[in-house]
Amino acid sequence: MLERARRTLARIGHNFIDQVWRVGAMARFFVILMAASGTSLRRFRLVMREVYFSGVLSLIIIVVSGLFVGMVLGLQGYETLQTYGAQESVGVLVALSLLRELGPVVAGLLFASRAGSAITAEIGLMKATEQLTAMDMMAVSPMARVIAPRFWAGVISMPLLAAIFSAMGVFGGFVVSVVILGVDGGTFWSQMQSAVDFRYDVVNGVIKSFVFGIAVTVIATFEGFDAPPTAEGVSGATTRTVVSSSLVILALDLVLTALMLRGDR
Amino acid sequence: MERTTIDLWFGAFVLAGFAALLVLALKVGNLGADNARATYRVEARFDNIGGLKVRAPVRSSGVLVGRVADIRFDNERFQATVVLALDARYGFPKDTSASILTSGLLGEQYVGLDAGGDDKKLAEGDRITITQSAVVLERLIGQFLFNKAQEDGAKK
Repeated sequence: MLERARRTLARIGHNFIDQVWRVGAMARFFVILMAASGTSLRRFRLVMREVYFSGVLSLIIIVVSGLFVGMVLGLQGYETLQTYGAQESVGVLVALSLLRELGPVVAGLLFASRAGSAITAEIGLMKATEQLTAMDMMAVSPMARVIAPRFWAGVISMPLLAAIFSAMGVFGGFVVSVVILGVDGGTFWSQMQSAVDFRYDVVNGVIKSFVFGIAVTVIATFEGFDAPPTAEGVSGATTRTVVSSSLVILALDLVLTALMLRGDR
Repeated sequence: MERTTIDLWFGAFVLAGFAALLVLALKVGNLGADNARATYRVEARFDNIGGLKVRAPVRSSGVLVGRVADIRFDNERFQATVVLALDARYGFPKDTSASILTSGLLGEQYVGLDAGGDDKKLAEGDRITITQSAVVLERLIGQFLFNKAQEDGAKK
């Protein structure tokens, strides 16, 4: 009994220390990544290739889910606002919830599971098949050649994907509420335009998605780079990427929202 | 430099992203429509501004003629100073009055301007002297109850 309690306690302590160690390693990884970034930004072709793989190939899922999320928001908003006779405000509801929250967060979660997992698996496999070691032997820094282009590609792609997601969502909301449910189109747009502030809503959403892009790609590249060089290790690292970047996105979203929202307007 | 398909995709992706941002800024956020026009600023002091907020509309005869640019508390007069940025296309007489009104029963609050009869126009930095504060619902109900009680007392 006592022995089992002691062992559980030891395991909890071990896991905790392991996590602290990982956070420290990730910070060091980030610094090395920044130092290696100069080379990869000079050879921009490498970054463009990765933007194609993580950004362009994520477009379909982003566009389609943006449309669906906007349509659902339009339907739900119409249903609720109708009770108060304020169905014209559905445009405000759709635009504000997409720009402030859903655009950056849902696009970030999709990006983490679509592109983040692929990055981790790719780097992990390169490590398992000793391609990274081979590069090191040829005096090619894997940090500058493999990791940094993927990081910058994510940082570039994420805000663009979030903006596309929000725009598609607003379009979806427009289709459902104006075309299908018959809300007046003029009021839909004018109420939206008077409620949405460029600096306060649009720019803050872009800042959020930018931060999420940094977080997701740092986690994805670190997990891949840190993965045990076995099939099991790579699969575990891929899972960890999706789980921890989703959690980090949601936690960062809370912090950023608390920083950005001011009650006075 | 040779062109590859990747270049095309990268260009298309970045263009699509910026196009989405532009749509959000212009169509959704209405950037430029009322920021670009020239404005002039006038001040007005109110005893109580209720729930008036910065960027709230300023209307005259129901037409949008400007926006609230700034709200301050004047610590010498113990009044609120509201700075209105009015569209330069519209001129108002010096004795124009400003009141804080509510659109609809529960709608947002805005500043309503009623033009006076003065020959001179308001200019940058002028002060609107005739103002009417926001209606505070609690005070209105309190007044009503007070009057009601007085009536009942008179009957007895």
